[in-house]
Amino acid sequence: MTVASTSQSILFGKLSLSSLPLNEAIVVWTFVVVAIGAVAVLAALTYFRLWGYLWREWFTSVDHKKIGVMYMVLGIIMLLRGFADAVMMRLQQAWAFNGSEGYLNAHHYDQIFTAHGVIMIFFVAMPLVTGLMNYVVPLQIGARDVSFPFLNNFSFWMTAAGAVLVMMSLFIGEFAQTGWLAYPPLSGIDGSPGVGVDYYIWALQIAGVGTTLSGINLICTIIKMRAPGMDMMKMPVFTWTSLCTNVLIVATFPVLTAVLVLLSLDRYVGTNFFTSDLGGNPMMYVNLIWIWGHPEVYILVLPAFGIFSEVTSTFTGKRLFGYTSMVYATVVITILSYLVWLHHFFTMGSGASVNSFFGITTMIISIPTGAKMFNWLFTMYRGRIRFEAPMMWTMAFMLTFVIGGMTGVLLAVPPADFVLHNSLFLVAHFHNVIIGGVLYGLFAGMIYWWPKAFGFRLHPLLGKFSFWFWVIGFWFAFMPLYILGLMGVTRRLRVFDDPSHQIWFLIAGFGAFLIFLGIVCFLLQIAYSIWKRNELRDETGDPWDGRTLEWATSSPPPAYNFAFTPVVHDNDAWSDMKKRGYARPLTGYRPIHMPRNTGAGVILAGISLALGFALIWHIWWLVAVSFVGLIVTAIAHTFNYNRDYYIPAEEVTRTEEERTRALAAAGV
Amino acid sequence: MNRFRIVALLPVLALLGGCNFVVLHPAGFIAEQQRDLVIISTLLMLVIIIPVMALTVLFAWRYRAANKKANYQPDWDHSTGLELVIWAAPLLIIICLGAITWMGTHLLDPYRRLEKIAANTPVAKDVKPLEVQVVALDWKWLFIYPEQGVATVNELAAPVNRPVHFRITASSVMNSFYIPALAGQIYAMPAMQTQLHAVINHPGNYKGFSANYSGAGFSGMHFRFHGMDDAGFETWVNEAKASGSRLDRAAYMQLERPSENVPVQKFGKVEQGIFDLIRNMCVEPGRMCMSEMMALDAGGGLGLAGIHATLPLPRDYRARVRSGDRVIASICTPDEAEQMASRAPPVAPVRSSTAITGFGLPHPGSIFRRSEPTPRGMQTARPTNS
Repeated sequence: MTVASTSQSILFGKLSLSSLPLNEAIVVWTFVVVAIGAVAVLAALTYFRLWGYLWREWFTSVDHKKIGVMYMVLGIIMLLRGFADAVMMRLQQAWAFNGSEGYLNAHHYDQIFTAHGVIMIFFVAMPLVTGLMNYVVPLQIGARDVSFPFLNNFSFWMTAAGAVLVMMSLFIGEFAQTGWLAYPPLSGIDGSPGVGVDYYIWALQIAGVGTTLSGINLICTIIKMRAPGMDMMKMPVFTWTSLCTNVLIVATFPVLTAVLVLLSLDRYVGTNFFTSDLGGNPMMYVNLIWIWGHPEVYILVLPAFGIFSEVTSTFTGKRLFGYTSMVYATVVITILSYLVWLHHFFTMGSGASVNSFFGITTMIISIPTGAKMFNWLFTMYRGRIRFEAPMMWTMAFMLTFVIGGMTGVLLAVPPADFVLHNSLFLVAHFHNVIIGGVLYGLFAGMIYWWPKAFGFRLHPLLGKFSFWFWVIGFWFAFMPLYILGLMGVTRRLRVFDDPSHQIWFLIAGFGAFLIFLGIVCFLLQIAYSIWKRNELRDETGDPWDGRTLEWATSSPPPAYNFAFTPVVHDNDAWSDMKKRGYARPLTGYRPIHMPRNTGAGVILAGISLALGFALIWHIWWLVAVSFVGLIVTAIAHTFNYNRDYYIPAEEVTRTEEERTRALAAAGV
Repeated sequence: MNRFRIVALLPVLALLGGCNFVVLHPAGFIAEQQRDLVIISTLLMLVIIIPVMALTVLFAWRYRAANKKANYQPDWDHSTGLELVIWAAPLLIIICLGAITWMGTHLLDPYRRLEKIAANTPVAKDVKPLEVQVVALDWKWLFIYPEQGVATVNELAAPVNRPVHFRITASSVMNSFYIPALAGQIYAMPAMQTQLHAVINHPGNYKGFSANYSGAGFSGMHFRFHGMDDAGFETWVNEAKASGSRLDRAAYMQLERPSENVPVQKFGKVEQGIFDLIRNMCVEPGRMCMSEMMALDAGGGLGLAGIHATLPLPRDYRARVRSGDRVIASICTPDEAEQMASRAPPVAPVRSSTAITGFGLPHPGSIFRRSEPTPRGMQTARPTNS
C-alpha cells in the first residue's frame, strides 16, 4: 500500500499525478474544505488590504513579542490538525471491533498516528513553549529584545516551514507510517520506500534549525541581557526554567539532526548506518534518537514548571516557597535528563545491570520533581489563593501530574516495563504528563500572559467551560487507556478482536469529544474576548497583581519594552518595586536603539521549504537551485547594513505620556 | 450526595469486574512476579502521592481568598526543616524503590535461566528447558521447535510447569514478542537474537502478539499460546509432525514474503539449523552470513576485494526487505558457513542466585584479558559471555 513510484522524471522527480491521494475520500474531502477555507482567508486578506500590514508589522518583524505571538498562532493552528488526527484514531479504535475493519485502511491509519505524535510534539508543544519563552523572557529580565532579533525571526519561519511541509504531506504524497520516532529498519528505504519518511526527515530538519537557533538566542539573551541587579539567583523561575530548557535544546537537537542525517544517508545514498546487514545497527538509531528524545520531554515540561511557579506565586499573593531549591531542582532535572534515555527500550535486551542503572536514574529525577511539587504546595500554604483561570489550570496540573509521575516511575522499574511497555498504559502515561503537565501549563501561561500581550483579559466564563471540558475530558479519554493497558492491549493497533475492549475505547472516544468541546470553548473564548475587548480592557498593565518585571510595563508593551531599564533588587522584582513605592519616571526620555525589520527570514525559510520539498521528491534541479539560492541569500543578507534605527525621544515621550494618562484613568 | 456518587460508580465497577486484566492476573510465574512488582511499586509511591493530593486539595480550600480567617504570610518563603523533609521524603521512597528495582531487574532478567517454576518449587535437576526459536516475520510469527523437529506459524504451545527458553529474532523490521499471561515482552530484531526464559503454570489458551508496530499488517500479527499438560503437548507435537510440509530454505523464503492475518500453519519437518541461517540473514543459498562477515571483519576484513564479491538477488524476492539487487556472496564452503552460523551464543549459567550481582555481566576486566579476537558467531542484542 505504500506510494512508491518507480519512475522519475527530470522535471518533477518522483512527483506525478499518481502521488496525489485521490483514492482516499477522507483526504480529498479534507482538501476541499481546507482549500475553500484557504481561499476564503486569502480573499479576505486581499479584500481588507491586510497583506502589506501583515508583511511589514508581523512577517518581517524582529520584535520578540510579535514573533512570540506568531509562534502561538502556529501552535494553535497545528493543535487543530494534531487533534483532528487524535479524533480520527479514537473513532477508528472504537469502531474496528467484531470483524469490522473500521473506516481507515492501514496506509491511512498508520500515517495518522505518526502525524499525530510528530505534530503534537514538534509543531504544537514546541512552538507554544518557544512562543511563550520568546514573549515573556525578555520582558521578565527587563530587556529590549532578544540577543539576535533577526535570528529569532528566521527561527520562527524555519519552524513554520517545517509545519508547512508536514501539512503538505497530507495532500501531496503521504506521511511516514512508522510511529513518531521512525525506528529503522521500518523507516529505512526497504521498510518505507515511499516519500513519507522523507517528509518526516526534512520537516524535522528544517524545523530543527529554527529550534536550535532559537535555543542559542534565548541562552544568550538570558545570560547577557538581564537588567542591572538581576544576578542569576534573582531571575524569575520561568526565566530559569527557560534557560535550562534552551541549554537542553542546544545540547540535544544537534543529536537529532545528526541521527536524521545518518538516516537520510541510508535512504538517499545507500549507506548502512541503521540497516540490518552490512554492518549497520538499527539499535544505534534507537539510542541516538532517545538521547535527544528524553531531554525533549524536559524541554517541554520545564517551561511549564516555570509557568506554574509564576502563576502559583502570583495568585497566592505570596513569594515562591523555596526559590533556591526550585532552581537547583530545575538544574538537577536538566542534567539528569541526559542519563535516562535507555528506559525507553528496556525491552531490547540490555542486561539487567544496565537496565537497573537507567531505571534508577529515572527514579532519581522524581526526587527534584517531587521537591518542586512540594514547593508549589507550600507556596499555597499561608497564601491567599485567587482561583482565576491560570490558577485553576495549575490546580488541575498538580492533581493530574502526580498520577502521570507515578505511572512514569512505575514504568521505570524494568520488570514492570516488560509487561507495560508499548501498551496503552504507556500511551496513557505520556499523555498524562504531557497534557497534564505541558498543555495545562501552556493554557495557564496563555491565559496568564494574554492581557500582557493584548491589553485585555480573556473572558473568564468561557475559560472555565474550556477548563472543565478539558480536565474532565482528559480523565475520560485516558483513564480507559490505563485500564486497557492492564488488559494487555498494545498501542498503534488498527483492528481489535476482543469485543470486551470496545466499551473502553468508546469511553475514551467520549473523552476526546469532551476535549473537542474544550478546544471549541477555548477558541470561542479568544474570539469572544476580542469582540468584547473594550469591556475586558486592562489599562494598568498589571491585571493580576503580578510579581515579575513583565507587569511593570504597559499592556501591550511598547516596541522597546521599557523606556528605562529597570534596576532589580529582589527576585520578585516588580512586587518589590510596588512595595517600596516605585514611582514611574515621567521625564528624561532618550532615543532608543532598536533592530530593524527584515524579510530575509521569510525568504530563507521559503527557500528551505522548496529545498525540502525537492529533496523529498528527488527533484534534483530544484535541489541545486534552492540550495544555491539559500547560500546566496544568506550571504547577501550579511551585506544588509540597514539593520537598526533609533526610536526618537519624542516618540518615546508620546508613548509614555499616553501610558501615564491611561494609568491615571485606571486610577493607579 | 455521597450515596449518589457510589451509585454513579457502580457501572464503572461492573465494567471493571467484567474485564480480563491479564497483566494483573497472569498464568506464568515470571509474569506473576512482574505483576507483583507493578503492585508493590504503585503502593510504595502512593505513600507519597496520596498525601500530596490530599494536601493540595486541603491547602486550596483552606487558603482560598474568601477565607479571611486563614493565616496569610506573603513573605514566608523558606523553612530549612521543611525543605529537608520535601527532599528527603521522595528520596527515601526512591531508595526503597531503587533497591527493589535493582533486585527485581536482575532476578527477572529475561536472559536468566529459571531456577524456580513457582514461588516454592525449584526446577528439578534433570529438567531441561524446552527450546523454542521464534522468528517475527511480516506479519506473522514462526515458531521452531528444534528438539521436536517441528515448526508452526501463529500457534505456540508449551507444557505447563516446564521452563521454556525462547531465542528470538526477526526477518525484516523490529517487533516485540509478548504473551502477557506468560511473561514480559522482549524485542524481536533482525540479525540479532534476544532471549526469554519463562514458564506457564496453568493450562489454557492465551493471546500472544507483537507489541511493537511493524507496518501495515501489524494489527493482525497475533497468535494463540497454549499451555498444555505433557500428554497434550505430545499430541500437539505429533499433530504438527503429521503435517506433510517441510520448513526448508525454499519454504522459508516463500513464508517470509509479507502477508497479513495468516492462519495457523504447521511444518512436520524442519531443516537443521534454519533458525541460525535466518538470524544470520543468509537463508538464500550463497549469501554471506552475518557471522561470516563479522568473523572476516574481526580479522581485518577483505579490503577492496570484499566489495566485488556480490551475487545478484532474485528480482521479486523480499521486495520489502531490500531495495538493492545484489548481496554479498559467501566465501566459505557451505559446510563452513553452516558451522559458523550455528555457533549459537551459549546460555550463561546462573553464576550467583542472589539478586545483587545478576548473571549476565562478565567479571570486570575480563573483556580486556581476551587474548585473541574470537568471532562472536553473531550479532547479539547484547554481549553474551562466551
